Amino acid sequence: MKYALVGFTCLVLILGFVIASNYYKDSQAQKYGFLAADNAELFVRAHSQTLGSDDAKVYLVEFMDPACETCAAFAPFIQQIMAANPGKIKLVLRYAPFHEGADDFVKILEAAGMQGKYWETLELMFRTQNIWASHHDYQPQRLWEVLPGAGVDIERIKKDMHSPVIARIIEQDMADVKALNVQKTPGYFVNGKPLQTFGYRQLEQLIQSELNAQYPK
Amino acid sequence: MSQTDKSTNTNWTLLFLCWLLVSVSATISIFFSSVLEYQPCVLCWYQRICLFPLILILAAGLFPAFDKSVIKYALPLSIAGGLTAFYHSLLYAGIIPEGIQACSKGVSCTEKYFELFGFVSIPMLSFFAFSILVTVLIILRRRTSK
Repeated sequence: MKYALVGFTCLVLILGFVIASNYYKDSQAQKYGFLAADNAELFVRAHSQTLGSDDAKVYLVEFMDPACETCAAFAPFIQQIMAANPGKIKLVLRYAPFHEGADDFVKILEAAGMQGKYWETLELMFRTQNIWASHHDYQPQRLWEVLPGAGVDIERIKKDMHSPVIARIIEQDMADVKALNVQKTPGYFVNGKPLQTFGYRQLEQLIQSELNAQYPK
Repeated sequence: MSQTDKSTNTNWTLLFLCWLLVSVSATISIFFSSVLEYQPCVLCWYQRICLFPLILILAAGLFPAFDKSVIKYALPLSIAGGLTAFYHSLLYAGIIPEGIQACSKGVSCTEKYFELFGFVSIPMLSFFAFSILVTVLIILRRRTSK
């Protein structure tokens, strides 16, 4: 009797937890789906860097930070998915530099973009991340040493990165981070639907379900 | 049923209610942090450290029959958790200025996430739970030390 009572209580608590979390996640998905149709600019701003065809019907929006290790780990995975579905996926990068000092790297990246070397620089930053951002120990001077590898003009970046245009981009992205309740990087939205449980497989499934919905066979 | 049997039964029920309170609190706490993604601040973590082990400690005192020594082990954790929650509530309400304490890294301990009926904050909920727990445990101690 005693055992049954305690066991039953545990069961009720666990069940309640699962039901409440599913209910919450569904209501979030509905809310953001609604947001996506209504306020598309929350997800894609005019200043946002994008990769992929303009005709693509699946928008993969990633809130990221060049100094974030998981973002770097996901980059090749996303490239793979995009390569497997040519012309169907458009990647939109948004910034969420949560850690103190991380916005400096966003500024460097955007300044490199002004020289038309955005994706080369991002690729290099991800590849050399362990040199200049090992476990959030940011060492900008080390980044300056490897950055020429992307074929950018370092002196110009040092000047451009303090441009008010870039500061406004970060400000706008951080405002959208708040509006969309992004708590961690990388934060993914596929056509406005948030990735609910984090992981490679889950992201792939979310993208695949949108691909199936937008490109019926 | 004899008098002592009845009394033991009441003790068991009281302890069970303590365990229920602790389990529900822990479930809500985990719901806040992992589903609603409210980041726990340093003080929240200290209270969780006191709260989570109580689930197992109190449960151990329930089986196979009510064991009064569980009070001795559960009370210090409950009091420590309650004091932390009290301090946290004062901090949150602005009665103690935040500058004098050491939780600047990560989430601020006065970050407002959720307020029930507009004024019951998370630290306050925690304080209520620990207060009830301490009260019931003290009642149990009186009942068993006779």
